[in-house]
Amino acid sequence: MAAQSTLKNMLLCLTLVCLVCAALLGGVYAMTYKPIQKTNENILKASIGAVLPDGGSISDQKTTSLDGKAYTYYEQLSGGAVQAYAVKSATTGFGGTLELMVGVLPDGTVYNTKVLSHSETPGLGAKCQTDRKFLDQFQGLGPDKSVKLRKDGGDLDAITASTITSRAYTLAVSNAVELVKSLKKEN
Amino acid sequence: MGKWSLVTKGFVKDNPTFVLVLGMCPTLATTTSAINGLEMGLATLFVLVLSNIAISALAPLVPDKVHIPVYIVVIATFVTVLQLLMQAYMPAAYTTLGLFIPLIVVNCIVLGRAEAFANKNTVLDSALDGIGVGLGFTLSLTVIGLVREILGSGSAFGFKFIPGDGILAFVMAPGAFLVLGYLMVLFNKYLKK
Repeated sequence: MAAQSTLKNMLLCLTLVCLVCAALLGGVYAMTYKPIQKTNENILKASIGAVLPDGGSISDQKTTSLDGKAYTYYEQLSGGAVQAYAVKSATTGFGGTLELMVGVLPDGTVYNTKVLSHSETPGLGAKCQTDRKFLDQFQGLGPDKSVKLRKDGGDLDAITASTITSRAYTLAVSNAVELVKSLKKEN
Repeated sequence: MGKWSLVTKGFVKDNPTFVLVLGMCPTLATTTSAINGLEMGLATLFVLVLSNIAISALAPLVPDKVHIPVYIVVIATFVTVLQLLMQAYMPAAYTTLGLFIPLIVVNCIVLGRAEAFANKNTVLDSALDGIGVGLGFTLSLTVIGLVREILGSGSAFGFKFIPGDGILAFVMAPGAFLVLGYLMVLFNKYLKK
């Protein structure tokens, strides 16, 4: 049965247990630090690759801001010229932050989009990752088209029963396009 | 009690979900598909076995008044280890289960087995108990997930066999309660004798 509780042995016991646990955690952290970094890098690379055309090399991450919002983006370089941009664009969806990777060509045409993280309702808003009918609308969307839902005066169809998610998705794409347009102006 | 029955009692007699009704939060939240249920069950199994072993070894040395804090520290350590390992080697599962991995710390099953079993039994028996209860939990979560996936998405283990959308309610919270309730009724009527 358990030992008698005295202040001394309680202190000793808790201190020892915490020390051992902390050491164990430190060890595991050090062991998994590199693999986690690598995994995250691979996920990022895969998502950049998914939204950009083939070929060219990806630049290091760059940051900029537009209308008071900070963005991270990557340039795809081919023969010294920028072939396309991959922009990380976050907006607020139905359940929380919706983060997308948006591939945009220098003229403002959307190449492709991909969800990085979301907290949308399973079976409803979460379909923004898989609903081809919705997602295909963004592929090759020209710079002269308005990136808006039909309900808001644009040409895009929302996901059935998920207007808020669709609106957030559309806004994220539209922000990314605006960012690329502003980048072009600066250069 | 034989060693074998320590493992098997978690499946039916002491099934953590349908009989003891413990750990309802992950049960309801993560069983949107059979795979998710299975992954959550296995994650809990991992923590349960390790914490049962560590606690049964530590229990005779721990002063009575601080035994709960000690158990919590031990459990939280194993959960964090699991979290780091999953993040490094199983990123897909880590993304789907997300918040519910750290929440294993407060899963009643883990502390419950520590208090009810591990602190008064041998290391071997506690390990077997952890495996049994963990497998029982995994099995229950997979079954709930499977039923919800079939009704809600028309697929099983990600393999779609009914075209169309399925009954959306079963993917969401109300479906979790309904499926859990009916499975509990069936389980107690036919399996638990």
